[in-house]
Amino acid sequence: MAAEQAKVDPMKQFAIEPIAGTQGWELAGFNIAFTNSAMWMLVTAVVLFLFVLGGMKRELVPGRWQMMVETFTGFIDNMLEANIGKEGRKYVPYVFSLFMFILVANLLGLLPLGIVGIHPFTFTSHFTVTGVLAIISFSIVLLVGFWKHGLHFFSLFVPHGTPLPMVPVIAPIEFISFMVRPFSLALRLFVAMMAGHVLLKVLSSFVIDGTNAGLGFGALVGLPSFILMIGISALEILVAGIQAYVFALLTSLYINDAEHLH
Amino acid sequence: MPQIAQLAETWSSQVFWLLIFFGITFFVIGRGMVPKVMDTVAQRDSQISGDLAAAKAARDAADAEEEAWRVKENENRAAAQAIVAKAKDEAAAKSEARLKAAQTRLDKKLADAETRIAEARTAALTEVESVAVEAAQDIVATLAGVKVTKPTAAKAVKEAMIHG
Repeated sequence: MAAEQAKVDPMKQFAIEPIAGTQGWELAGFNIAFTNSAMWMLVTAVVLFLFVLGGMKRELVPGRWQMMVETFTGFIDNMLEANIGKEGRKYVPYVFSLFMFILVANLLGLLPLGIVGIHPFTFTSHFTVTGVLAIISFSIVLLVGFWKHGLHFFSLFVPHGTPLPMVPVIAPIEFISFMVRPFSLALRLFVAMMAGHVLLKVLSSFVIDGTNAGLGFGALVGLPSFILMIGISALEILVAGIQAYVFALLTSLYINDAEHLH
Repeated sequence: MPQIAQLAETWSSQVFWLLIFFGITFFVIGRGMVPKVMDTVAQRDSQISGDLAAAKAARDAADAEEEAWRVKENENRAAAQAIVAKAKDEAAAKSEARLKAAQTRLDKKLADAETRIAEARTAALTEVESVAVEAAQDIVATLAGVKVTKPTAAKAVKEAMIHG
């Protein structure tokens, strides 16, 4: 019994394992082992490539697939135009890549491939990954801001209409809230993805252990947990989309700050 | 929590492969493919708006043509009505003139006839008178044995004829 109880470790799904033979890969002294995480990044990139490739038929009257791809590009295009305006269009490639990369990664991580022996790895549940994405977004904001406005970009920390005596107080607060952005961006995605996956794993351990403990426990604990899992799985699909959307939306809002200050 | 427990040994590989694959995604898909997809959409939109504009222009042209046709049609109809009215007037005038001519001719004929009748009547009356005068002379001569002169007899006859 004890061995079976230890079987479901909700954290094991986040463990990074180098794929056989790549353990020792190094670049300039840094380990760059090709891990299961990297593997799923590759899968994400390939799936995304195939998806967009299906929308490249360039037909005047689009088929379903082309329509789907155009819906996504149109969605990002509209979001950027609504938040940034006409200048937003030049960020479509980046925000589209960001949104779709996170979305596909989140959804692939939810696929029930475990039943055929492949273990999906949700690399967006690692803050090393979400952190890098957030830093890229934040860097774009800084680059665009300083390139467009020069040192005037610092006026971002003094909102319009601030009374002069309040400036010394407001400016540090604005500065802190600005510097917190990459962290909130990275942690939000990481926490949401991780929490959902942990919850699913914990519930699945209830189902397995409860059913193993006998018919009574199975009916009392296992079955409700299983039903709850179905609901939460649906919720997780929603969360996968929402988190990708939030990441892209906040990125576009931050870019708007850089483009237009306040 | 493997994210923290494995951080020291895996962060470099995580960052490296993420930059590789996200970079591929950005440069190949984001920069390479997405603009083409959006281009297609823009092309389609412009084609649709162009087609709509062309359709609108064609409809406007058709409307204008119909309007012109209607104006012309109205003109034609008015012209036709004018011709018909004119023809009617002319015909009416002609028939009136002809009627008038016929009427005068008839009137003249009637007047002629009346004159002739009057003449005939006068002639007849004179004849009757002369006959009556002769008859009266004869009657008087026979009955009374008195010779009456013609003027006397004529006078008596006239008186008798007036009194009936």
